[in-house]
Amino acid sequence: MTTTSAPPGPPRPTRRLGDRVFAGSATGAGILILLVLAGVAVFLVTEAWPALTANSADLPNGKSLASYVAPLVFGTLVAAVIALLVATPLAVAIALYITYYAPRRLAATMGYVIDLLAAIPSVVYGFWGIAALAPAMVPFYGWAAEHLGFIPLFAGPASTTGKTMLTAGLVLAVMILPIISAISREVFGQAPALHREAALALGATRWEMIRMAVLPYGKSGVIGGAMLGLGRALGETLAVAIVLSASGGITFNLISSSNPSTIAANIALNFPESSGLAVNTLIASGLALFLITLVVNVFARWVVTRRAEFSGAN
Amino acid sequence: MAKRIDVSDLDIYYSNFLAVQGVNISIEPRSITALIGPSGCGKSSFLRSLNRMHEVIPGARVEGKVVIDGQDLYGPDVDPVDVRRQIGMVFQRPNPFPTMSIYDNVVAGVRLNGGRLKKAQLDELVERSLRGANLWNEVKDRLARPGSGLSGGQQQRLCIARAIAVEPEVLLMDEPCSALDPISTLAIEDLMTELKERFTIVIVTHNMQQAARVSESTGFFNLSGVGQPGRLVEFNPTQKIFSNPDEKATEDYISGRFG
Repeated sequence: MTTTSAPPGPPRPTRRLGDRVFAGSATGAGILILLVLAGVAVFLVTEAWPALTANSADLPNGKSLASYVAPLVFGTLVAAVIALLVATPLAVAIALYITYYAPRRLAATMGYVIDLLAAIPSVVYGFWGIAALAPAMVPFYGWAAEHLGFIPLFAGPASTTGKTMLTAGLVLAVMILPIISAISREVFGQAPALHREAALALGATRWEMIRMAVLPYGKSGVIGGAMLGLGRALGETLAVAIVLSASGGITFNLISSSNPSTIAANIALNFPESSGLAVNTLIASGLALFLITLVVNVFARWVVTRRAEFSGAN
Repeated sequence: MAKRIDVSDLDIYYSNFLAVQGVNISIEPRSITALIGPSGCGKSSFLRSLNRMHEVIPGARVEGKVVIDGQDLYGPDVDPVDVRRQIGMVFQRPNPFPTMSIYDNVVAGVRLNGGRLKKAQLDELVERSLRGANLWNEVKDRLARPGSGLSGGQQQRLCIARAIAVEPEVLLMDEPCSALDPISTLAIEDLMTELKERFTIVIVTHNMQQAARVSESTGFFNLSGVGQPGRLVEFNPTQKIFSNPDEKATEDYISGRFG
């Protein structure tokens, strides 16, 4: 310790090298992701601009841009919503089973197997959908059209190939299942023992303990996981392109053979044969997808922070 | 309401490790019984075995008998969930449910017990429980706010209100004041003295003055040696324990000449 001669001049806060390097690289990474996002947005807008400003007669199909994109937006949302509705409860149940019900050794194996589902390429899911799931669903579609036809969702006529919106949604559900269940499992496992014991000591059964201390604690994590899954379902291209028989417009009929396509699948299918304004039109639909994703994420963020003071984060 | 607890030849295991051996104790109703002793001697394990919270830890089990007014807690047809509904517990660290309001925290146990009470009855229960925990005046204007926004001492009193709202027969307290400042500690001690009119209270504490201040009877737990199970060395009226204990080890411990 040298205390004899203090250096002259105003005292400067000491910043260690490691601290500076870390702060710099973290800031850099943060700026980089914003730049990438801004770059994508700028690219989409400039490339879509000719289509946005063109005469509807000049566009492919000779229809207005809105009437071209609307069925695609609709198809994208329907497929993604089906996937989310099917996958989220299932994923939460799986996560709860693994964290609170399964014997410890089985739980580890199951978690591993489910994570493996996330690593399967989407083309494989597409082939599974067309080769296994779609034919297997055909009898159900026939039955549903006959007996549940009064519900608009099952109005029919039933597809004989099984290449329907419902099949596409179910394939997507399997694809996003591991994402949602992995994140749910993580947050459920972190529910504090303090609060779990508080519930048990009040005489809660295991399910009541989960409802009092685990689910409220994990809610924001589950929503976050569902949003990641939704993002994947919205943007999924190959599996939908393979599974979905896309030829129709907007319809809530989930089991017929004429369905609206989804944005991403439509781009993938049409991009190779497109040129000029047709390409701009496709990119304009991509811009729509970008905006949908943004809106969905903002909404999810709002849901999560709405009751932040009750989140247990404090 | 308040019940007597008789424990005979209780052994507590974590898997194959015998943590506490051969406890025999008889806890009087409407009194405060304090359990003291060094860390790791099994006081908390013993306390948790009284409402079957012990077995929440994987591999933990108990041999012996715990009888509350003639009913064996570890009988073959006894559901631990029912046991815990009769025997409330307050933990070392205040643990109100962070996702619930103050109001919902108080009625959490009642809702579990399947009580379909009317709003007015619930309101009355909340007020009665919070008054019972000496917290009503501090929180009556913010019952809808989250319980986690209270101070540590207030949170602990909220946990006591939650525990007494279900009208348990016994109240177990595991070092309820160790995370609190002296003022809050005093508030909780006053509260315990009021509550013993209605409940049988068993408290684990590291604070010997606290045991001396509030309890009628005191049990001293100690390890017989390193790696040996903990034992109940002495159980006597508090006055006797702190003035003229039967055992040399007790005297050494309470006078600070331990180890």
